[in-house]
Amino acid sequence: MTIKIKELPVEDYLLKGNAACPGCPLNIAMKTVLKALGKNTIMAVPACCTSIIQSTYPNTAVNVPLLNIPFETTAATASGIVAGLEMIGEEETTVLGWAGDGGTYDIGIQALSGAAERNTNFLYVCYNNQMYSNTGIQRSGATPKGAWTTTTWTGKTEEKKNMPGIMVAHNIPYVATASISRPLDIYEKVVKAKSIKGTKYIEILAPCPSGWRFNLSQTVEVAKLAIQTRAWNLYEVENGRYKINVTVRNPKPIVEYLKVQQRFKNVINDENKIKEIQMETDKIWEKLVKLTEKTQAL
Amino acid sequence: MIPLSDPKVGASGKTGKWRTLRPKLDKEKCINCLLCWMYCPESAISRVEDGISIDYEYCKGCGICAEECARKAIVMVEEKGED
Amino acid sequence: MMVREEIEKKEAKEESITVIDTGDHAVSLATKFARVQVVAAYPITPQTQIVEEIAKFVEYGKMNAKYVRVESEHSAMAACIGASAVGTRVFTATSSQGLLLMHEMLFAASAYRLPIVMANVNRALFPPWIILAEHTDSLAQRDTGWIQYYCSSNQEVFDTVLQAYKVAESVNLPVMVNLEGFIMSHTHMPITLPAQKQVDEFLPPREPLWKLDVNKPQSFGNLAFSNYYVKMRRSIEDGMVKAKSEIEKANDEFEKIFGRDHGGLIDCYRCEDAETIIFCLGTLGTEAKASIDNLRKKGVKCGVARVRVFRPFPEEKIKEVAASAENVVILDRDNSFGKGGVLNTEVRSILEGKRISNFIIGLGGTDVPYTTIEKCVEMANGQKDEWIMKVKL
Repeated sequence: MTIKIKELPVEDYLLKGNAACPGCPLNIAMKTVLKALGKNTIMAVPACCTSIIQSTYPNTAVNVPLLNIPFETTAATASGIVAGLEMIGEEETTVLGWAGDGGTYDIGIQALSGAAERNTNFLYVCYNNQMYSNTGIQRSGATPKGAWTTTTWTGKTEEKKNMPGIMVAHNIPYVATASISRPLDIYEKVVKAKSIKGTKYIEILAPCPSGWRFNLSQTVEVAKLAIQTRAWNLYEVENGRYKINVTVRNPKPIVEYLKVQQRFKNVINDENKIKEIQMETDKIWEKLVKLTEKTQAL
Repeated sequence: MIPLSDPKVGASGKTGKWRTLRPKLDKEKCINCLLCWMYCPESAISRVEDGISIDYEYCKGCGICAEECARKAIVMVEEKGED
Repeated sequence: MMVREEIEKKEAKEESITVIDTGDHAVSLATKFARVQVVAAYPITPQTQIVEEIAKFVEYGKMNAKYVRVESEHSAMAACIGASAVGTRVFTATSSQGLLLMHEMLFAASAYRLPIVMANVNRALFPPWIILAEHTDSLAQRDTGWIQYYCSSNQEVFDTVLQAYKVAESVNLPVMVNLEGFIMSHTHMPITLPAQKQVDEFLPPREPLWKLDVNKPQSFGNLAFSNYYVKMRRSIEDGMVKAKSEIEKANDEFEKIFGRDHGGLIDCYRCEDAETIIFCLGTLGTEAKASIDNLRKKGVKCGVARVRVFRPFPEEKIKEVAASAENVVILDRDNSFGKGGVLNTEVRSILEGKRISNFIIGLGGTDVPYTTIEKCVEMANGQKDEWIMKVKL
């Protein structure tokens, strides 16, 4: 980490008085990403919480050009914007595809896969609150096993997808995970991504108080706990080479993370379920460590 | 008429009206670490000459600033609608 | 038939030349002349030759454009919307299943007020699999806010793509240019290609109604309440109404510069003193001309009004053409299950006091020779509708 808080740009591109819930992690993510990209940014935003946060016509809370688009199309629309800008010679503008996990892991995955296979020159940021929040907390491919949602009342029975891994498999130059508890890390990753040509994918963990069921003031604390328990790991993959950004020496047991979120109430009283989740968490970490070792030579 | 909207502060109105708790800053304790400014989801906290300033017209009272403050210089108190 | 090198020499000399080529190639050639800047398309028979030819033009430096090789038709329209939103002239092409897949995006394109032009090669729908001509695919999109042309010759296809950009950019609504699969897409006909400078005179560079611009940040399409929504929908409707006159204007201007007239909203043949008029779309209209000539020899005073533009629905023109006719024969190379032929439903709703017959004909690419159309006219006696199930009656 080289940048200091004081060095973050002051200008806000996500304006105050918007429609986000109090304590919304999306806002923390968006304001930081836009500070890193600056005014020469065009956003493509599908149906998601951001569609609402802009507020209603004739006003918007976002101070960069933004195209609201149908749900599945983030990366496809962005591909078109990129092609159009290339034709009119605007090299300096960054095209930002900005979607939730629903529009990325599930309904938007085809378009994203296509755009990545074509190595489209744009930045795709997935703000991941592990559910379809805008439509009312339904499960998504990013929902972790055991979590309550309005379509998994007794807890999701499947593991979540490894979306960063899927993006790495497309051989794009840059894939990274980030968290709203570390805005400076988000900032630096976005600045790095901006300097790379080709498809860049950054996934930001965004704990949502409304959906995960914790107090509004705890958004950042829950995100910190996610890292401290290895429920969420921070790493980058540049041209296939893995690099872990944060190694937690003595990770807290996963139950510390689960018990602060009411969405895991089905799990926290069940020893077996906790053990299962701990094992899966450990397995994912070990796999990450091995991938880092194996790809060092790339 | 086409659905083209212009950027505006307060696009959803004076969102300060939403809150039930308000952040109270003790300037003596503030060390100007700027964590509250960095985290505030609303960007209702801005940097001023000798520290930070909270915009109560838009602060939604989430309490993240108080939670993250390095010196507990911000405390959430009941919103009594003073201003 | 001219060889490619000869064609290129003539193009370089800025001369008009006549080639013999397919309907698909008429489309791709037109996009080159129209100076299209971004193409995003997904292949589907019988449209494939359109996009293959455009890819060749782009890769061999004959066309200054970006070709985004998207992974589905839905994404093709999304990419067109993105590229059009930054102010460029864009194009795509599809057919049947691909057009259906784009359905959601078609509504978006018109409400975005983007002048996208798309060629649709009419093809019958699945299941079972069939790749032959039928109009159901595009007629099923009649509510999407797209202007729709139906062409009857490869020359008309070429000319209509150019007119489509002119009309689209004047009313800021997208335009679909339809041509029947195989009957036109894969059939060679003479096509006179203009000189580039003539096209540049007819079609100047695009001036966007709005665009995404870092120097003027705006959000397009965020939430709106009902009062605003209604006004925005009304604007689209107003654009469609204005399109009727813009289509005639573009046709007239085109005739002045290029010397060809395709009829504007309706292409009439021997309708002036007709007692019986046939209404139909596409090549049924060309075929019907031979039927009309034969019937006239037998003393039947008839004519054919080929509806060239289906949306906006040319209500006034249809009433005008049919005014003095007693009998109306409507041919539908399509069917809306539970109601009947789409052209029939719409034309019948505005005509009064006439004997109207409807024939569902040519579904699934069934061949419709002029002799069949003659028989239809002879059979017409005010029945609700008749399905023509066989090639020959």
